[in-house]
Amino acid sequence: MNSQRDKTPLLRVDGLEKRFDLDRGILESLKFKNGKLAIETRAVHAVNTISFEVEKGDALCVVGESGCGKSTIARMIAGLLSPSGGAIHYDGARIDTLRGKALLPLRKKLQMIFQNPYASLNPRMTIAQTLAEPLRYHNPGQSKGELQDKAISVMKSVGVDPAWGARYPHELSGGQRQRIAIARALTVDPEFIVADEPISALDVSIQAQVLNLMLEMQETHGLTYLFITHDLSVVEHFGTKVIVLYLGSICEMADTRTLFEAPKHPYTKALLSAVPQLKENQRSHIRLQGEIPTPINLPSGCPFRTRCPIANTRCAQEKPQPLQQADGSVVACHAVEEERLGALNPA
Amino acid sequence: MSLLSVRDLTVKFGSRTGPVTALNGISFDLARGERLGIVGESGAGKSITGFALMNLLSKPGYIDGGQILFEGEDVAQMSPRDVRAMRGDRMAMIFQDPMVTLNPVLTIGQQMIETLKAHRKLSTQEARQIALVKLKEVYIPSPQDRLDQYPHELSGGMRQRIIIAMALLLDPKLIIADEPTTALDVTIQADIMALLLEMCQSNQVGLILITHDLGVVSQVTERTMVMYAGRIIESGPTRSIINDPQHPYTQGLINALPQQTPPGQRLKQIPGTMPTLATMPKGCPFHTRCALVGEGCMTHVPSINQFGSSFVACHEVHRLQNEVPAEDVS
Repeated sequence: MNSQRDKTPLLRVDGLEKRFDLDRGILESLKFKNGKLAIETRAVHAVNTISFEVEKGDALCVVGESGCGKSTIARMIAGLLSPSGGAIHYDGARIDTLRGKALLPLRKKLQMIFQNPYASLNPRMTIAQTLAEPLRYHNPGQSKGELQDKAISVMKSVGVDPAWGARYPHELSGGQRQRIAIARALTVDPEFIVADEPISALDVSIQAQVLNLMLEMQETHGLTYLFITHDLSVVEHFGTKVIVLYLGSICEMADTRTLFEAPKHPYTKALLSAVPQLKENQRSHIRLQGEIPTPINLPSGCPFRTRCPIANTRCAQEKPQPLQQADGSVVACHAVEEERLGALNPA
Repeated sequence: MSLLSVRDLTVKFGSRTGPVTALNGISFDLARGERLGIVGESGAGKSITGFALMNLLSKPGYIDGGQILFEGEDVAQMSPRDVRAMRGDRMAMIFQDPMVTLNPVLTIGQQMIETLKAHRKLSTQEARQIALVKLKEVYIPSPQDRLDQYPHELSGGMRQRIIIAMALLLDPKLIIADEPTTALDVTIQADIMALLLEMCQSNQVGLILITHDLGVVSQVTERTMVMYAGRIIESGPTRSIINDPQHPYTQGLINALPQQTPPGQRLKQIPGTMPTLATMPKGCPFHTRCALVGEGCMTHVPSINQFGSSFVACHEVHRLQNEVPAEDVS
């Protein structure tokens, strides 16, 4: 997008990990096994050693099915969850270890938009109050008039009538609320937006309105996006880069064009083939055996091998590492490495 | 004779300021074994249609007029006893969220056997055998064990398979599926839709599929009905609705899908939002968002007329045909 792109990426994620402990304290971790008492703590392995980079001006989409850890990644980057391992660097500085007041300057640069605009707006605040709050918090010196002017200009930029300022969220429809949620994120002039399924709670015609707004804001404000979604058609339209996530691990990471034209990982292929198309004779989808295993007891080796039609013994023993392919995509799959994908035919 | 014949169905909801109309003169037919899709955005009246067909509306909603002829009998006039006998037996419904549909304190087997025994004179053993056969039909692995499991022990996809098996228990003539895969992941959705299609085809079961996903409708149904603000605005063969939509709203809906626009470009959005039941505009309900609005649109509700292979409720459909060439969808 911009020619004088820095050498350091805007956001760098190294070996990010997140575990949620299920058993807290000694009493919960005491288990009765084979007639003996044993101490055992279980944990949900939500995100497992993930590394990626986001350049300025990118719209990086993270796709995957429910439970694959996409929202957890979003929340860790936005500083709402602290990682169990790994590091997150923003603009060269480490951000995952920041706490309290030290987070303030970062929050001004990095804002988040949530999935459900019914839950993310305070029902007891008017739209004007909602928009003024982050401004007031991040610019303590400004007068009321200045805050109001800023709120009005942001409302105009997202196509909202400033007269709405006196209304409460319940007076607005879902699409209008999501506009306000986007406006609230934009009030502090951020550089980076983490959007966690911002359009999945909305109807098709409203989805188009909100996506258009986000594309517009990207152009006018020079924003960088991390966009979490499960909808592949949105990814194809919106994203510049895509990460396909499965059970907390990256399957495939590529430029959007490359991923949709030449998907490599068996899971990516299955995912793409399962999207219902408008056109008539859609090729039948690749059937996956079973369903996503629980992230409590991860399968050994490749996380996808329990459902993969072409898994072999190596897949069960060794976790595939993300490897760079000839066309620039990064794929974690033994079958791709061994070039035995030919066995994968749609049913 | 068609399996289901709905005539001028009107559903109202009582409110403090007087009744509001949720469904406005809906008429359609469904042949035996036919698969019909009902598409629309939230609030269009799709689910209300499904509930009304099963006579499941509860206060403050009520059927205000019209007929629902199912195998020649009017469901709207049936006694509560007859309705109970029909539901789950000849007409079954599949809901969106399988966790809410299944009773969490009963095993799968208990729930299936209960349904069977409520409608047929069967011993528990016989009912269990039938349940087992049905579970096998929907490709549930180790069905014997599943019968004794509780819903929380199963995954979402598995639960929805069980719901489909339960809907098929008494060999119904019609299944109404209200967003059956919306709560599921895309790979599971593809499996469930393929299963539903197979079950309907092999057992000659009629299907009414209520969804907001045009892709799903395109893959599963033969005929499609598009609803907007409590009315049918377009209906016809699924292929012609998808490939050559006539109503400006249907066109807008299809054109708004991200796959219809090259990456990076502005999506073709429909401005505004659907009017709520209380703020329904005069005339055509879509005129506030329509680019082709004419004078008649503001005062008169368009009637639904045949246009090509579809039925369309639009005053301006002829103009539309001349001015905006139908977009190539492929």
